[in-house]
Amino acid sequence: MTTATAMNKTEIRGVLLEALAMIAPEADFARLTPDANVRETLDIDSFDFLNFLIEVDKILGVETPEADYGKLNSLDEMVAYFGVRAGGL
Amino acid sequence: MAEFRMPSLGADMEFGTLHEWYVQPGDRVQRGQVIAQVETEKGVIEVEVWEEGVVTQLLAEPGTELPVGAVLAILQTADEPEPIAAPEKTAVSTLTEPHPMDQKPLVAKANGRTHPRPKISPAARKRAQELGVDLSKLTGKVIGLTDVEQAAAQKAAPATPHITPVARKMAEKLGVDWQQLTGTGNHGAICKEDIEQAAQPEPTPEPTAKPAPQPDPADFQTGMRRAIARAMARANADIPHYYLETRINMAPALAWLEGENLKRPLKDRLLTAVLLIKAVARALGEVPALNGYWRDDEHQPQEAIHIGFAIALRQGGLIAPAIHHADLKSLDELMAALRDLIMRTRNGRLRGSEMTDATITLTNLGDLGVEKVFGVIYPPQVALVGFGKISDQVWVENGMIGVRPVLTATLAADHRATDGRIGGKFLDLLKKYLEEPAWMGDA
Repeated sequence: MTTATAMNKTEIRGVLLEALAMIAPEADFARLTPDANVRETLDIDSFDFLNFLIEVDKILGVETPEADYGKLNSLDEMVAYFGVRAGGL
Repeated sequence: MAEFRMPSLGADMEFGTLHEWYVQPGDRVQRGQVIAQVETEKGVIEVEVWEEGVVTQLLAEPGTELPVGAVLAILQTADEPEPIAAPEKTAVSTLTEPHPMDQKPLVAKANGRTHPRPKISPAARKRAQELGVDLSKLTGKVIGLTDVEQAAAQKAAPATPHITPVARKMAEKLGVDWQQLTGTGNHGAICKEDIEQAAQPEPTPEPTAKPAPQPDPADFQTGMRRAIARAMARANADIPHYYLETRINMAPALAWLEGENLKRPLKDRLLTAVLLIKAVARALGEVPALNGYWRDDEHQPQEAIHIGFAIALRQGGLIAPAIHHADLKSLDELMAALRDLIMRTRNGRLRGSEMTDATITLTNLGDLGVEKVFGVIYPPQVALVGFGKISDQVWVENGMIGVRPVLTATLAADHRATDGRIGGKFLDLLKKYLEEPAWMGDA
């Protein structure tokens, strides 16, 4: 993988899960189905969510504007959202 | 001579276990310096000393459980003759608040020895925090960015990392080269845990080196529940609560915040909670009766506004450590303080003053789905402000029906200390400050 090619979905999912595990290490990831609401399932408050986005930005280089928070409910939605923005221009 | 005693770290504490000393006999200590770790039912707390002087004797051994008030150490205070050649230790900057937590009632304190309070610019304060400069050490009427940076440069002289006495002993025993370690303790001091961690990869651990005493999560839960139970049972038995609520149109504040956050990189973004803290602090400044304590059958309003921010722990339980001088902090400073406090609450690195100084509690259940909170006051405080979730609701304005993001704010207050009129005035102001947020730009 180079920076020039966009990451594939599996890689992005991996990055997201890693960032989530970092901010919510005790959370029960078994319950996190691809279409479940991530914040509700893992009990992530607004402080943790901001930290999650900071982590994701460090790896993917995507600064999510606040207006887009609504597009990041489930893991599938997140993968789609960051898939478009990460790697490519 | 002064005695350093087991502090009462909250209305619910009876005993504490001395966990670790950060000083040893001969060390010079300053007001506000963390000198010990004490384990309570609510976790491990870093305890400050409120006298200046030299430690002459440590009376309590780490690992001992002692009642609140037990003497832990003896200090020789500043106005006494110096003990013989107390070696000057590697200077550890004490990153205390510029004006440590005055617990005095609303009376101006005239202390002949202290200088008049210097004015510290917000930028300087921020930089000082980043660089670990002790603002109380700086002199001058106005302290600016350059003063702080100069002080930091002077401080930056090559220094060996600070290490606690217990950690040093342990390092020697385990053969850990502590000079190479980065400390995770107070102000980067190397503490027991750091040595334990450094020693772990060793293939054959010394048989005498016992594994780190991992607190049993079940024990912690039991202790935490017991502590909360005591405080809340006392609150419900002793405090005649009254409750008020108001609905707040958050559209202007959220729009203001969104605009503000657009200008900021991700890591500097503000959370809605910061606006709530700021507005509460401002309204309290105008209704000081709600800010303070009921102690010894007496209402004791406090001048300093230290907002206890309720933080739920992931493993269960709740701590509401104080954000000191919330009214004097800018939004950025409040965000930094909140971030720092949440991280330390979760890692068990809170300081004693943070456990005891809160003059009011703010609970923000907005991340859950609930609409409003009817709080129980944390004694000896006299009020608790609660916020529910911001949700779209029908709103009537100028005779027009519309939909707005609405926040319900509640106040639980002690009827011994105040009446509904005072509480109502506070909620009215809070509503006004959040619905007309333009002032926040200058705050």
